[in-house]
Amino acid sequence: MPLAPEHLAYPLRRLGMDHERYAWSMMTDRPPLRWPDGQPLAVWVNVSLEHFPLNPVGTPVKLPGNMTMPYPDLRHFTLRDYGNRVGAWRVLEALDRFGVQASWAVNACLTERHPQILRAALARGDEFVGHSWSMDTPHAGGLAADAEDALVAKSLAALRGFSGQPVAGWLSPGKLQSPDTPEILKRHGVTWFCDWVNDELPYRFRTAEGELWSLPLATEIEDRFVIMDNQHSESEWAEQVIDACTFLLAEARETGAGRLLSLSIHPWVIGQPHRIKHLETVLAHLMAQDGVWNARPQQILDAVEAPARHPPG
Amino acid sequence: MSATFPPSPQPSPALRERGQLSDPSLYDPWPYAGRPRITWPGGARLAFWVAPNIEFYELNPPKNPHRAAWPHPVPAVPGYSIRDWGNRVGHVRQMKLLDRYGIRGSISLSTALIDHHPEIVAMCRERDWEFFSHGIYNTRYTYGMDGAQEREMILDSIESIERAVGKRPAGYLAPALSHSEQTLDLFAELGGLYTCDLFHDDQPTPVKVRGGQRFVSVPYSLELNDTIVYVVNRIEPRRYGQMIKDAFDRLYQEGAQSGTVMCIPTHNYQVSCPHRLKAFEEALEYITGHSGVWVTTGREIAEHYLAHHHDTAVAHIAAASGA
Repeated sequence: MPLAPEHLAYPLRRLGMDHERYAWSMMTDRPPLRWPDGQPLAVWVNVSLEHFPLNPVGTPVKLPGNMTMPYPDLRHFTLRDYGNRVGAWRVLEALDRFGVQASWAVNACLTERHPQILRAALARGDEFVGHSWSMDTPHAGGLAADAEDALVAKSLAALRGFSGQPVAGWLSPGKLQSPDTPEILKRHGVTWFCDWVNDELPYRFRTAEGELWSLPLATEIEDRFVIMDNQHSESEWAEQVIDACTFLLAEARETGAGRLLSLSIHPWVIGQPHRIKHLETVLAHLMAQDGVWNARPQQILDAVEAPARHPPG
Repeated sequence: MSATFPPSPQPSPALRERGQLSDPSLYDPWPYAGRPRITWPGGARLAFWVAPNIEFYELNPPKNPHRAAWPHPVPAVPGYSIRDWGNRVGHVRQMKLLDRYGIRGSISLSTALIDHHPEIVAMCRERDWEFFSHGIYNTRYTYGMDGAQEREMILDSIESIERAVGKRPAGYLAPALSHSEQTLDLFAELGGLYTCDLFHDDQPTPVKVRGGQRFVSVPYSLELNDTIVYVVNRIEPRRYGQMIKDAFDRLYQEGAQSGTVMCIPTHNYQVSCPHRLKAFEEALEYITGHSGVWVTTGREIAEHYLAHHHDTAVAHIAAASGA
């Protein structure tokens, strides 16, 4: 029994993408971006604060980092909660020590559970980014649109109410989306998200409700991916981030086009006592480089939107 | 045809389990030691080639009954986006590096990319890179196709490359390494010269296809493939660089006796990540810094082997197997 004829039909084989979400564009074909003061490399540090419930439903998908043992999985619940109780304070101290401005992608349930660390992040002027309700509320195909709408509304309301910030940015847990996520975000006042890591610079993303900025937050270099998934050592992770910085700075100088290093960190990973010094190594290095502009996401998008930043033509 | 294999015994039903072959019967056991000597142009010890896979993965492909394209429901944002990153950002980085070390890529091409991203094809043409077929999309698997369907798919990919670059491809790597029992037979019948699908050797070897065409395997190395290294084996970038150098040292040493082949298969969404390029560059610098290295392409290796070594190898294999 051969395959059905659809397997040899290619209706979307055409110029550009096989969907309508964004235009095809190679980074080197675009007008060069200029960061403020002509700095070649923007550095964006994002801290993801995550809560993993003890009783995950795990639908439509189970997100990485979740409970894996039979209920009650105290081992994983507490190890993740450690990040918000202890690790995040070490991360905060490291950010302070090296003068790093950051964004915090916050599961909104943490406004109830761990308000102190959130207040400390706000006090240093950092930017809050919507990160759904918890790590058991995935936005993925199979989630009903009205349920997702309510989830986004509840999460943003909690975060906006707590912070007093507009909270215009969004990171979906696990960087997953349903087919409706972009429209729902747009309807709730979100202007940018970082789920689609298909670029290194911001680009326009289409929704039926108007456009969003897509500001990709790299996965391949984040602490959780390198240290937990790849099982590389902490010093290897630090070396990789430093190599990325060296490469991007050189490329930005050579091409005259601004580049962006986005670095996502997770206090339940990097906030452990045996790991924190490697974050300090990374932050010390990044902040000591000539040509680095450390910025929060809204500052980055403001720089991209400012007409003066774009060369004529 | 100047040399033919002794006829292969057809597998009897007793040799098959669940209707499946116990051996692909594409090549004979043929020990590394004691083979006729391979010589490369200019007396080189080692033929070195880099095979960038330039792929297009569909966001929502038809669901193959034997293999899911994505681990997540549609849209599988993480998997799709990183591969798109490879084409939008990673490709140019890798290309600049290969330019710097005088390496022409041998592209394993999802041929639909000719339609989707003609800019990439144009850049590679300017550099006289080789284009070979990697199927149409890397989200369309051979699994479940009958012979006529697979032939249609392969022919479509061949003709797409011919239309785009004016030359039919010589090589094949099945899309997403998805094969049937007749994949190589079909490609040879359609005029192909070589396959990258077999990982049984560090030298080219004759491949037995049902039509008796002169057809070869060119070593492509799964172990040094960046996706296997980074995604499956989860290896650190610097260790990958060291693995490449170590593989080179040994193949270069052995190449003094008889020519060897070394391939680095890459993907623009893996090797080109900013934190990984340095180790790759150091390895390329190391290899191309040696004399006696033939920096070449898959097609050139296959053509040289077919012109100078294939028939000798077939005769040697026949003699060794007592035929």
